[in-house]
Order: sequence, then C-alpha cells, then structure tokens
Amino acid sequence: MSAEAKFARKLPQLTAENTPFWQGGRDGHLLIYKCRSCSDLFHPPQPVCPSCQGMDVSSEPVSGRGRVVSFTINHQAWAPGLVVPFVIAIVELVEQTGLRFLSNIVNCDPDDVLIGMEVVVVFEQIEDVWLPLFEAAQ
Amino acid sequence: MNFDRFYEKDVAITGIGQSEVGRPSQKTASQLTADACLEAIRDAGLNPTDIDGIACWPGDHNNAGDSFSPIGSHAAATMLGLKVNWYGGGYEGPGPLAGIINGAMAIATGLCRHVLVFRTITESSARLVSKSASALTNKTQGRDGSYMWRWYTPFNVYSAINLIAIFAQRHFHEYGTTSEQLAQIALTCRANAALNPKAVFRDPMTLGDYMSSRMISTPLRMFDCDVHCDASTAIVLSRSDIARDQPNPPIRIEAIGSALNVPYSWDQLPLTEMATRGVGEMMWARTDLTPEDVDTAQLYDGFSILTLIWLENLGFCERGEGGRFIEGGARISREGTLPINTNGGQLSGGRTHGLGYVHEACSQLWKRAGQRQLKKADIAVAAAGGGPLGGSLLLVRD
Ligand SMILES: [Zn+2]
Repeated sequence: MSAEAKFARKLPQLTAENTPFWQGGRDGHLLIYKCRSCSDLFHPPQPVCPSCQGMDVSSEPVSGRGRVVSFTINHQAWAPGLVVPFVIAIVELVEQTGLRFLSNIVNCDPDDVLIGMEVVVVFEQIEDVWLPLFEAAQ
Repeated sequence: MNFDRFYEKDVAITGIGQSEVGRPSQKTASQLTADACLEAIRDAGLNPTDIDGIACWPGDHNNAGDSFSPIGSHAAATMLGLKVNWYGGGYEGPGPLAGIINGAMAIATGLCRHVLVFRTITESSARLVSKSASALTNKTQGRDGSYMWRWYTPFNVYSAINLIAIFAQRHFHEYGTTSEQLAQIALTCRANAALNPKAVFRDPMTLGDYMSSRMISTPLRMFDCDVHCDASTAIVLSRSDIARDQPNPPIRIEAIGSALNVPYSWDQLPLTEMATRGVGEMMWARTDLTPEDVDTAQLYDGFSILTLIWLENLGFCERGEGGRFIEGGARISREGTLPINTNGGQLSGGRTHGLGYVHEACSQLWKRAGQRQLKKADIAVAAAGGGPLGGSLLLVRD
C-alpha cells in the first residue's frame, strides 16, 4: 500500500443543521443558511440568525463563486501520506461581504494562489460527505 | 458600556512560583504542580491553610489528564490539602489568563481572600511518546463533532499554525508586513532567553538563522513557533487590604481585558485583530493609565505574529503598524521603549502557556529578574491568547 493510499481526511460529524452544507455537493450545490427575516446569509449553519435572532432560517443554494481572503501553503507533513505542499484558504462568497469559510484551493500550483483570486467551488466526495473545495475560476 | 467601579483593583498579586521548565522534565505533572504552587504560597507569605480559593485554565477539561492541561483545580486542591470556599476551571473563558481573571472576581465579590491560580503543561513529555499528541485531528475520535475544529479538520488543518498563518498572510497583504520584520519577535525572545537560566533555548539566533529555518505554513517558519516544555506556574491573588500585610509589595490588578466581541471561531473573526481588539479596548477603558505608561509588556507568543497583533491592539502602536514598530528590534529590546517577553517568551523560554507572562511581569516589578532585570519596571501588561481566545492584565506595583 502506498503512503498516499493510507491517508484519509478527518470527516465531520453530520448533524441536522450541518448536513445541507456537507451534502449539498451531491446535487452540485453549495448550500448556505439564509434568514427569511433579514435576508442575511450566514455560516456556520445554526437555527438562529446571528444578525437578527430570527428563527425562520433554512439553507439555499449559492453560486459557489468567491474570492480568497487569505491563505497559507502548508509544508509540514502532519500525518502519514498527507501530500504537501497544499493550500488552506478562507474564501469569501460573492453573495455577501463577510460570508466566508475555510477550505482548500485545489487543482493548481500552490505558488499560484493569491489573496483576491477568484475561485469557484468543486466538490470532493468522501463517504457521505461532499467537501466544498475551491479552484481558480476560469 | 460605562462602569462606575472596577472591582479588579481590589485584588493584588502577592506571590509567584514556578517549577523547573523541562524539555522534558523527569518530574510528573503532579510534582511540577506541587513545586509551583507551594513556592507561590510561600512567596506570598502564606500557608496552604490560608488559601481559600483555587483556579486554573483550562483545567483538566477532558477529565483525561492530557498533556495540554493534565492537572485541574480538583486535583490540585486535593493534592495540597486545601480547604476552599471557591474553586473553578474550564476551557471557556478569556484565554490562558482566565484563571487569574476568574480568581480575581471571586476575591472581589467576597467569596474568598487568597486564590491560588496555576497552569501545568507536559507537552514536551507527550511529544516524546507521539509526535502528533497535540494534533487538532486527535482532539476527537472518529468523526469530528467538536464545536469549532470540525470546520477545519476536514480541510487538513492539523495545527493552529495553519489558522494563524492565514492571519499572518492577511497582515502581510494588508499592511506590507515582512518576514524580516516579524523575525524580530523571535530574535528578541532569543536574546532575552540568553539571560534567563530557565529558558529552553538560549543560544544566539541571527536573522539568517530565522530566515533559513524550515517553512511550516507560509509565511510562518519553525522559529515563529513556541517550544514545548513541561512546567507548572502558579500565582497567588489576595484581597488588596490583606495584601498590605504580606511580604511582597502588592501588585495591583489595575485593569482586566476579557471581552469577546467577535464570533468564537478561527475563520469568522477579523483576521488581523482576532479577539485582541475588544480585549484591549476594554482594559484601557477601566483605567486612567495609557499604553505610554507601560514599562514592559509580556505578550503571548505561541506564534510570533500573535505578539505583533497584541502590540497593535493593546495600543502600543497603530493598527497595521506593528511590522514597522518592531523593525530592527530596538523598540522591543531590553533597552527599548517597550521591552517585551523579557524571559524569552514561549518562543525561546518555553510554552508554559499563559501564566509564564504573569510570572515574568511580577519578577520584573519585584526587581527579581536577575541578569535580565529592567532598569524601570513599575507598570506591566500581560496578555495571552490567539484567535478567539484573549485576555489581558494591567499590573501596577504599589
Ligand atoms: Zn436575520
């Protein structure tokens, strides 16, 4: 067995609230929670809008397009089979200022990643999780 | 919000203690804890029977004795035979200084008179057994259901350095901060460590050494990371009116910063401020003193960029100017206008994780810092934490 074959990403525990985020990729959608009262999108998923405390919230598809707010190229092989270097980034979605989450930038040379770079979501399925990763927008 | 009374001023630090700082230590976590606590109690001129409160952060939060915090308040109080009116611990608080902040509040509200605060850590021993002992992915078994880490570990975030490197990269991008500037945090700590017999790394470090140290997670290198150790540090807090009769000149807690004005999260908070902005604003709102009055600052350096962010958000320089403030290292050296991390910090002194900063601030204020004693040291700041964790203390020797 190769070193690469032994490596497995840590997967998140699915809950009623976060399942849309982790499984939206099955249908090719990035699903983000939205508040019906104030129209704010927010992340991480929760049953209360953090802006107006409204409880009429549910997930809905967004475009999957965003920009790199900041990133790091990780060089340390923390676990057997973890292929380095790779990019960890915080991506802000185009739908709303401040709407962001941490992910990886994939399918490019890590040295080509820049702050402000336009990216688009791409899903990597592992078991019942569709990880929302990002690659450079065309 | 305006307050008309600041209860922390009724509380003073009256004693300090610290075990050996081993890498690793041959002593057990309990032995290290006993060494530190008994030394601090004696230093305060007290007996264990005088101690009626005990606090720590984060305590034995997993009830698992893990190396990040093997000893909690329950274990320490029992081991030392204490009889307390009040005790506390737990992770959820304003960072590594939470034990002091909580203990001070317990005294100020009249629950107790003398609180023993301690912090024990044995990460050096743990890493001899397993290199990945402290990996974020090992905080949970199987799938990650933790409140916060579950949003990062699926993206191969193994260490806090990955998250803090993202903050550093943003600071570099927004403000033009450079690696050569950031290096001054590590170089200053190393120069100070040379004068501290207990420091883990004391050999001289040059800018070249720093720049050629291994890149871990851009832009942070090996020498931007603190060094694991086995140690325990203890602080005794006393009610101010009683403290006047104890042997050491009381060190008044002039102001506390404990605010959390941002989401408790590593990716939703302001990347170049973290929680520190609210902490600093709160602390300075509770005193007539200003940053210009501070003789020395002992600022969290779990990773070097965190010290720079503390410098900015505690008002020692303008926000975004941290890189230029520390450039060349003169201002933050022992001879500078704001000497920092005079015991070598955690970067070279050892990751005592929080209370080490308070121990050093008190050592300086009591003129007990030996070779590294500053000429003028009457007012000090200690601050600790990174990301959403943060707390600060303004300390004044009466
Ligand atoms: Zn809302």
